[in-house]
Amino acid sequence: MTFTRRILLRLAGALVAVPLALGAAAEARTVTDSAGRAVEIPDVVTRVFAAGPPAAVLLYAVKPEAMIGWVRQPRPQDLPFLIEAVRNLPTLGQITGAGDVVNVETIVAERPDLILDFGTINDGYVDLANRVQAQTGVPYILIDGSFAATPEALRLVGDILGVPAQGEALAAYFEAALAEVDRVLATVPAEARPRIYMARGATGLQSGTRGSINMAIIERVGAVNVVDSTGGGLVTVSPEQVIAWAPDTILTLDATFAGEVAGRPEWQTVPAVANGRVLLAPDTPFGFLDIPPSLNRIVGLYWSLTKLYPDAASFDLRAKIREFYELFYHVTPTDGQLDVLVR
Amino acid sequence: MSAETSGALGAATAPGAAARDAGTARYLAVLGVLAAVLVVVLIGAATLGPYRLSPAEVVGAVWRRLAGQPVERVVETVLFNIRLPRIATAALVGASLAAAGAAYQSLFRNPLVSPDILGVSTGAGLGAVTAILLSLPVFAIQLFGFVGGVATVLVVMALTGSLRGGNRLLTLVLSGIVVGALASAAISLVKVLADPYDQLPTITFWLLGSLARITSADLRAVLPAVAVGLVPLVLLRWRIGVLSLGDDEARALGIEPSRLRLIVIGAATMVTAAVVAISGVVGWVGLMVPHMGRFLVGPRFDRLLPVSLLAGAVFMVAVDTLARTMAAVEVPLGILTAALGAPLFVALLARGRRVWS
Repeated sequence: MTFTRRILLRLAGALVAVPLALGAAAEARTVTDSAGRAVEIPDVVTRVFAAGPPAAVLLYAVKPEAMIGWVRQPRPQDLPFLIEAVRNLPTLGQITGAGDVVNVETIVAERPDLILDFGTINDGYVDLANRVQAQTGVPYILIDGSFAATPEALRLVGDILGVPAQGEALAAYFEAALAEVDRVLATVPAEARPRIYMARGATGLQSGTRGSINMAIIERVGAVNVVDSTGGGLVTVSPEQVIAWAPDTILTLDATFAGEVAGRPEWQTVPAVANGRVLLAPDTPFGFLDIPPSLNRIVGLYWSLTKLYPDAASFDLRAKIREFYELFYHVTPTDGQLDVLVR
Repeated sequence: MSAETSGALGAATAPGAAARDAGTARYLAVLGVLAAVLVVVLIGAATLGPYRLSPAEVVGAVWRRLAGQPVERVVETVLFNIRLPRIATAALVGASLAAAGAAYQSLFRNPLVSPDILGVSTGAGLGAVTAILLSLPVFAIQLFGFVGGVATVLVVMALTGSLRGGNRLLTLVLSGIVVGALASAAISLVKVLADPYDQLPTITFWLLGSLARITSADLRAVLPAVAVGLVPLVLLRWRIGVLSLGDDEARALGIEPSRLRLIVIGAATMVTAAVVAISGVVGWVGLMVPHMGRFLVGPRFDRLLPVSLLAGAVFMVAVDTLARTMAAVEVPLGILTAALGAPLFVALLARGRRVWS
C-alpha cells in the first residue's frame, strides 16, 4: 500500500510482465468491518470461508462463486433452489454458532482470501475474530447481522467481495420490502395486530424473546410477540405458559410441530390452535422467518404480511417470491415450486 | 496413535518381569519407555492433521525454525501457530491432570479420587460458562474458569474448617461433594438462561473439553500457574508418599500431616484450575492415568508422580490428535477420554489385581 511498495511493484512490472500480475493480485486494501475493525484484505476476493450459517446465506446471495464450502450440508429438498455449482461443495463446519466446530487447520488448508461472519457483534465475537485472524493469518470480517442493518451489511459485503452492483440490488429489494411493510401497517390499527407465538423445534416449546435476533421479522411486521420477556435470545417455555399467553396465531418453521399440534391435548385450548391459525412457513432452501437468522428472512416479510393481514396486503406474493429467489438465490422457481412457497 | 501407545505400554511390562525384584530398575525402565513413547507420540501428532504435511516437511520446518531460517508461510501458520501449540498444550493438560489425580489419590488414600474431588473442575466450569453467558472474550472465559476453580476449593476448605470434629478427610470430601453439587446446579441454571442457538453450544463444547481454539498465548498464560502447582508436588513427592501411609507414621517421621495436606491441595488445585481454564472440563484422565501408573510402578508416590506426568502427556496428546483428525470437525475431548479410557481402565483392572496394595 505504501508509496515505496507501489514503486517496487512498477519496477518489477517493468522487468518482467508476470510478476506484475502476481503483485497486483496480492495487493491488499484496508476495509473497516461492522465492529470497527480495520482489516487488510486482498484486492480480489475469490475464496471466502463463511463462519456460520447466517454468513453462508449472505455469501451465497452476494457472491456464490466465492463459496468454498457449506457450514451445514444442504438438505435434499433444498438442492432445487441452489445453483448447480454450490450443490456439491464440501461441508466444512463452522467457527461460530450451533453445530460442528471446524478445525483451525482446515481453514488454512482451504486457503480462503477471507473469513466472513454475519450476526451479533459483541466483545466475544470480536475477540474470536481477532484470535482466528492472528492464528491463521486469514482476514476475518465481522458484519452486523441485525435485521434493521441489513442494507448497510449488503452494501458493505458487496464492496468487500468486489460485487457492489449485486450488494446494491439486494439492498434495494430489502428497502422496497420494508416500504411495503410500512404501507400495509399504516392501514392496520394497533388493536388489529395479531398476538403471535413463534413455535420452534418439534415440540414447539422453544421460542424467542422480544428483541432477539430470531424474532426480528415478526416484530418488524407489527405482530405482538407473546413471549414478553426481553432477554434477547431463545427460551424454552411450558405448554401451560403458552395457554396463559393465549396467542391468536402461531408461526412455525417445523413441519412436525405444524402437523401434530392439532392432535396434542395440551395445545387444544390455545386460541391459535382452536381456530386453525397455525402457520407453517416455507423453509427451502432457507427458512422464511428464521433458521438461519440471515437474508432468507427478507422474503418472509412479504409472506408474513400476506398471512397476517390478508385484506391489507395487496401485492402479488408469487411475483415477490419469484423475484427474491432470482435475486438472492440465483434460481427461478417453477410454478409448482411457487405453489408450495406461497402456501 | 493409540495402538502405538498401548503396544509400547504392553512392551514395558515384559522387561519389567525380569526385574521384578529390583523395583528401581523397573521404575527406571518404565520411565525410559514412557519418555520414548512420548517422543514418538509427539512426532506422530506433529505430522498428523487436516492440513497435509509430510514428516520430512515437519522436521525440516522445525529444523529451519530452530536454525533461524525462514519457513514457508502456510507451513509456518499450520505448524507453529496452530498445531504445535495445541500439541504442547495437550501434553501439559494431560500431565497436569494426571499429576493432580495422583496427588489426590495418595492424599486421600483412595483410588476412586479424581482431581475434581474438591469441586475444582465444576467450579471452573461455573466460572467459564458464566463468562460465556456474558459473551465475554476468550481470555475472560479462561480467567473466570481459573478463579472459579480456585474459589470453589477455598469455599470447600472454609466449610471444612468451620465443621469441627469428626474425621477431617471425610468432612473435606463431603464438603467437596456438597459444594460441587451446588456448582453443577448453578451450571445447569446458566445453561437454561443461555441462548440455545448462540451460547449453549459453546457452553456444552466447553464442558466436554476441547483444545480446538488453543493458541500459544493461552499456553503461555497458564504455564506460571501450572509451574506454581507442579513444583511443590515434585519437590515434596517423598513426604507425600509418607503421608499416604497414615498420619501417625508421617508424624513419626517428622512430617506435619495437616500442613502438608494443605500444600498438596493448594498445589493440585492450582494445576487443575489452570489447565481446565484453557482446555475445558476433560474428565477421566486424572482418575485413570494414576491407576495406569500404579499398575506400572506401584503405589509409591515419588515414583507414581513422574510416571503419571509422562503417561498423562502421552494419553492426552494421543487423544487430542484423534479429536482433531478422526472427523472433518472437532470431537470434544471428554467424549474420547471416556470412550477410550473406560475400556483401557477395565483392562487394567482385570490384569492388575494388586495395584493398590
